[in-house]
Amino acid sequence: MRKGVRNWGPPLLLLSPTIIILGIFVYGLIAANVRVSLTNRTSLVPATEFVGLDNYIALLAEDRFLHSLANLAVFTVVFIAGTMLFGFLWAWMLDKGVSAEGIFRSVYLFPMAVSFVASGVVWRWLLNSAEGDRASGLNRILETFGLGFLQNSWWNEPTWGMAAIALPAIWQLSGYVMALFLAGFRGIPDELREAARMDGASEWKLYRFVIFPQLSPIALSALIIVSHMSLKVFDLIMSVTGSIYVTEVPATYMWVTLTSNDYAKSATIATVLLVLASVFIIPYLIQTARSEKANR
Amino acid sequence: MRSTRMSVIAGAAILGLALAGCSTSSAGPSEDDPNQVEVFTWWAAGSEKVGLDALVAVFAEQYPDIAFSNAAVAGGAGSNAKAALASRLEADNPPDTFQAHAGAELNDYIEAGQLQDLSSFYDENGLYEAFPDTLIEQLTSDGAIYSVPSNIHRANVTWVNVDVLEGAGIDPTVAPESMDAWIDDLTTLQESGVTAPLALGTEWTQMQLFENVLIADLGAEGYTGLWDGTTDWDSAEVQTAIGHYGELLDFANTDYAGLDWDAATQILLDGNAGYNVMGDWAEAAFVQAGQTYGTEYTTWATPGTDGIFDFLADSFTLAVGAPHETAAIDWLTTISSAEGQKAFNIAKGSIPARMDAVATDYPEYQQTAMASFQEDTIVSSLAHGSAASVSWSADLSSAIGKFGADRNADELLTALVAAAAAQE
Amino acid sequence: MTVTEKTRPAPAPAPLPLSPALRPRRGFSLGRTLKYTILIVFVFIVMIPVYVLIVTSLKPPADVNPATSWGLPVRWPWQSETPGGATGFDNWSAAYTALAPSIGRTFMLAIPAALISALLGSMNGFVLSRWRFPHANLVFTFILFGMFIPYQAVMTPLVQMKSTLGLPSDISTLLLVHVIYGLPICTLIFRNYYVSIPMELMEASRVDGAGMMRTYWSIVLPLSLPGFVVTIIWQFTNAWNDFLFAMFLSDTAGGPVSLALNNLAQGAQLANYGTAMAGALIASLPTLLVYIILGKYFIGGLMSGSVKS
Repeated sequence: MRKGVRNWGPPLLLLSPTIIILGIFVYGLIAANVRVSLTNRTSLVPATEFVGLDNYIALLAEDRFLHSLANLAVFTVVFIAGTMLFGFLWAWMLDKGVSAEGIFRSVYLFPMAVSFVASGVVWRWLLNSAEGDRASGLNRILETFGLGFLQNSWWNEPTWGMAAIALPAIWQLSGYVMALFLAGFRGIPDELREAARMDGASEWKLYRFVIFPQLSPIALSALIIVSHMSLKVFDLIMSVTGSIYVTEVPATYMWVTLTSNDYAKSATIATVLLVLASVFIIPYLIQTARSEKANR
Repeated sequence: MRSTRMSVIAGAAILGLALAGCSTSSAGPSEDDPNQVEVFTWWAAGSEKVGLDALVAVFAEQYPDIAFSNAAVAGGAGSNAKAALASRLEADNPPDTFQAHAGAELNDYIEAGQLQDLSSFYDENGLYEAFPDTLIEQLTSDGAIYSVPSNIHRANVTWVNVDVLEGAGIDPTVAPESMDAWIDDLTTLQESGVTAPLALGTEWTQMQLFENVLIADLGAEGYTGLWDGTTDWDSAEVQTAIGHYGELLDFANTDYAGLDWDAATQILLDGNAGYNVMGDWAEAAFVQAGQTYGTEYTTWATPGTDGIFDFLADSFTLAVGAPHETAAIDWLTTISSAEGQKAFNIAKGSIPARMDAVATDYPEYQQTAMASFQEDTIVSSLAHGSAASVSWSADLSSAIGKFGADRNADELLTALVAAAAAQE
Repeated sequence: MTVTEKTRPAPAPAPLPLSPALRPRRGFSLGRTLKYTILIVFVFIVMIPVYVLIVTSLKPPADVNPATSWGLPVRWPWQSETPGGATGFDNWSAAYTALAPSIGRTFMLAIPAALISALLGSMNGFVLSRWRFPHANLVFTFILFGMFIPYQAVMTPLVQMKSTLGLPSDISTLLLVHVIYGLPICTLIFRNYYVSIPMELMEASRVDGAGMMRTYWSIVLPLSLPGFVVTIIWQFTNAWNDFLFAMFLSDTAGGPVSLALNNLAQGAQLANYGTAMAGALIASLPTLLVYIILGKYFIGGLMSGSVKS
């Protein structure tokens, strides 16, 4: 009995402030949000009745919302792949030992320091889609360096254009992922590497069986940080393109409905976004639980 | 166990500190002082800020005892301000007076009972006589009036690069008679080597161009009828307008979706386009670039809209439950006074709503706009919140943005009809 | 406060300890040249937007044109012949005047927000990673899920709460909100960090019968510097750059620099891009400094943690 209290009590006591606060400010507000999504509150006038799941049914059948989901999917895939790729690549190269590592690291890391409130304008210019004579932004630079064939219409391309919107996001967060991976590389005890080399493991096998498994908690942590930003991507799109149809994602769509006082729809979109979040969280949790079990 | 308890106490203490820090540092010292007015605007920089400062100076002169406090939230053409404002209204914590586009954009607040009727204010201050009748008509909602316009802008202005047109043998001083005639000129221009003769920008500028085409093809009455239900959205005229609009997009720069209005105007300034449809605030961009009206650029009412003034206005309201109501009314009095309107509009480059303003006080472009404003038929701008409620505008904006990407005229028509139906 | 005190006994992490095997080798090699080339090319790519920010901030309004955004200023600020009298220096002085009052306030927000969130996150992370108790994973999920909440959705009820509680429209309310919504990610970072550091020390102390809290203060906290660096960087940046909470819960008179910057950049129909970009650079300086100062310990510190084993 006493043992039970020892196991339960202290951790829960210590966690209870967090649990209570999040219970109010996250779950309480989510509940308030879900409640609004079940009403007919489509203007500033208070809701008159509950409409059940009508708002959800209407939203999921709407072309505009599906379009915003498709945009989000393209954005998310490119954003996650880009940050993980560059983050890993930079960390891997820096880990091999580089003079002036501090400079490289600071440069790669610093875009995180810049908010999109004003750098958004720069990105809007850089991603301008005009080509040839009127080319400005990145297209101009590609032309100048004789890479004119790489010029493209960036995010104005209807289907895959959202991939271009991910560029500023990759720019901003790759450095963070790099830092996480670099810390991961440095955290791998040298003895492990040496032991593997002694055993005659090839470089690939060293990575496959020693380094990657050691990095996987870090990779997962990076993945979940990047994916939560991806789902909520808002500032970036608002400042680079504004809330327009072509680059609409659920978060900006939600903003449009919020500013036009359609609270029920806005709340519905928010709830769908939260459900989408579990698509990322659940595999993550399963994976962590499994790997920790394996380690113990 | 003891240390555990200590830890919990320590954790709670930290949070408590944070909370206490918040509650003890109280807000401004004079929350209940009646001699102040909180004004909520999105004018925070540039000529708007200069104009606002000029207005505040007049206010300080007229009401020296009242402190002015500005809760500016800029960005997104007022959408940030609208969102922040809605949350404050929701929490029963309204500012005394807030900025809003005059016209249908106010409908939501009116329906929710968040605005006070200002008809008696208009009566007392003689505003029914001071403002043009057609403006009063556009501002009135069910016999009541809920805002005081501080400045008027015109949205159906076509800006013309004189050199570019002359280079193609087109007379820049004469506006084409109709949309079709304009499209002929655009074709001539394109054949002469100007690849994208019409400069265009992001979604709201597309919406403004579309509204210009609607006015041209439906006339003032037909266009106004779109908003009060007397014109059908699937009428032949609207379909013609969609056709014209699609043709115009073919003459536009391909990168339009990604350009701010000023970047689109810059294309015209650089001589890479012949025309740009934009509100009269674009004047400031031409002045800044050092160009002269008449020699390097000129303007006309968009082809087919001559004699019509497509208006938008910034205005101020009186919130229900305004904590400092008398002071707010004083602020509205200053805004509507001849002196206040003059101070603000000269700085901002817009025109006063009052008809008794002295034209010679204003620069040249504003004088011509003031004359048109008094003579022309006034219609309400869609792209700037005067014609349709916020949710209707948002639906239309999305439909037009989608058309800009896929050029599917049938879907645009369906979306326009659906958006109108959703308002019933 | 306690954070700095308690962390002091920690082994001062050498800024960039490299094991002998990893120390850069001298002499020419193709691989090394290639590596440096790639790294330097990336430096240029990453710096592109900054270059545009800097050159634009030096141009007078009449010369700012998206089509020539790559070009150096035609008229440099120190050249006096600019018509209209405006120079690139005016951008900087106007931006400084507009932002200066709010920068101090933003420090008062971002520093405590970062420290408090980090401390709470570290306690939570410690418990979740080292204490096996029933349904630990459920509790972790409960906390983690908070990260994914789209803040726009909760603004309206949040403003309502703020006005019910009578909280002021200034930094203190924002501090509270950043601490609260920072809890999930700080907990996540620390939990993952504690999982990765060796357990032997802690196991020993448990055998000793030291209480959980003693273990935390005397053993875990001193090992936590790298975790603190990561969360402080993250939270400081978030609080510094946050615009959404600031817009809804504070006002320009008492709010952080992001509001002032937004008003400067977006407050006018005809934007003055030069001033906006000078403002963006000024507003980014403090976060940049945090990266330069703490970046050194970020990786070095983490490595010292594992070396100890």
